[in-house]
Amino acid sequence: MNKAIITVVGQDTVGIIARVCTHLSNSHVNVLDISQTIIDGFFNMMMIVDYSDSTVPFADLAEQLATLGDEIGVNVRCQREEIFTKMHRI
Amino acid sequence: MLNIMEVHETNQMIEQEKLDVRTITMGISLLDCISDDVDTVCEKIYTKITTYAKDLIKVGEEIERDYGIPIVNKRISVTPISLIGASACRTTDDYVKICQTLDSAAKTVGVNFLGGFSALVSKGMTPSEELLIRSLPKALSSTDFVCASVNVGSTRTGLDMDAIALMGSVIREVSEATADTDSLGNAKLVVFCNAPDDNPFMAGAFHGVTEGDAVINVGVSGPGVVSRALDEAKGKDFEFLCETIKRTAFKITRVGQLVAQEASARLGIPFGIIDLSLAPTPAVGDSVGEILEKIGLSQVGGPGTTAALAMLNDQVKKGGIMASSYVGGLSGAFIPVSEDKNMIDAAVSGNLTIEKLEAMTCVCSVGLDMIAIPGDTSAATISGIIADEAAIGMINQKTTAVRVIPVIGKKVGDMAEFGGLLGRAPIMPVNTSDCSEFVYRGGHIPAPVHSFKN
Repeated sequence: MNKAIITVVGQDTVGIIARVCTHLSNSHVNVLDISQTIIDGFFNMMMIVDYSDSTVPFADLAEQLATLGDEIGVNVRCQREEIFTKMHRI
Repeated sequence: MLNIMEVHETNQMIEQEKLDVRTITMGISLLDCISDDVDTVCEKIYTKITTYAKDLIKVGEEIERDYGIPIVNKRISVTPISLIGASACRTTDDYVKICQTLDSAAKTVGVNFLGGFSALVSKGMTPSEELLIRSLPKALSSTDFVCASVNVGSTRTGLDMDAIALMGSVIREVSEATADTDSLGNAKLVVFCNAPDDNPFMAGAFHGVTEGDAVINVGVSGPGVVSRALDEAKGKDFEFLCETIKRTAFKITRVGQLVAQEASARLGIPFGIIDLSLAPTPAVGDSVGEILEKIGLSQVGGPGTTAALAMLNDQVKKGGIMASSYVGGLSGAFIPVSEDKNMIDAAVSGNLTIEKLEAMTCVCSVGLDMIAIPGDTSAATISGIIADEAAIGMINQKTTAVRVIPVIGKKVGDMAEFGGLLGRAPIMPVNTSDCSEFVYRGGHIPAPVHSFKN
């Protein structure tokens, strides 16, 4: 399994999760977990996804999601999981 | 499973606190490029560098995209060139030719600095090493990306005072040769004592002779992250403060370790070391001076500065060592004056002097770094400054370095503008009392008593 973390930060609006999930579904990326909270007044969502069967290369997926974020008006990042696990787990 | 706060913390470090991987430096041995013909040497060097490092930039950019962490610089270090050119170079122009070859190889592969135009002369100079040192003014003024270093002493060997005397005048000549750019040539030249073989940071990087054919070393930085973490330590005691710095250093180093392992695997080149150094940039909030001020100084340079820096340096090392089994290079805090906004401010206000900086170098990871001095400073005075700094390294068994820049045509009160990451620096006053009789005695200072550990 190849896990990535997608984070969405910005003003809350209707359909953010739907649009991100639709994009992931079209690319055959499986969502494993979703959590969301408000930090410093901003909508924060984190998704853990499995991109093993993704139909597009990881770099393209990350770029497409960033572009989608621009369209919605939020900041979307897609990063491989290891940067977080290495930093926060011994 | 990761939680959202952890993910948020990491991304905040990257986006707002300027956490980055400062450099992926590929060390390449050029020992197999030796020949007795200088053109053959140049050809072999160019071929080897452009072959080994052809994917360095591409792989660096891929890792940046995959993990969302900026990798600011991709660089190359090579075997000290005085060893590679020894049998081929008969004149200083031969060395200049090799330097220009290195420069064009760096430009071909797209790296922004290449280090290793170096001579290791800690006990004495061979004729070839002296030729390389004498070629520096022309070599550095006719190239853009090549960095040079000269190791003039070590705890094991003592100090080569002949080389130190020579470096004083060479630094002046480099300044004169690059006078039209505020003597920028000297930003690419470091004089070391106890130079490490695996340092990935410029301008002092070279690929030591004890290293393998090629290696990936990674330099991580993050003064902004440490500075931000210290906001939580305001008013707390030293135990809390130290723990905060150590934890932060641990986290930063783990990111470096990940990037280093990925780069090593993707390039098919062994991983060497992580160098965790708090390397400031001129950007606001990316300052080691700011950290020292958050620790409790009203301005860096005042009483307490050396103690605060000693503690900072030590905690950074402790956190880093826990996070990676292969911590090396310089690992600690850098104090390059021109590259650190709070240090520039302190130098302008007169609170930070060269003498205080010298004391600070006893406890931090490098030395007198990126310090602009008056253009009319004599060669003997520069050699005296180098000798003092090298003596600190020799006696304390640590790396020290001098990267001073006599800025031609400028005097105390003026500013030197170097641009980009190299920043800007106020010309700092130098004690000009004559030391020429000491510097020009000739010979070398013997190794100190604590070098005899056999």
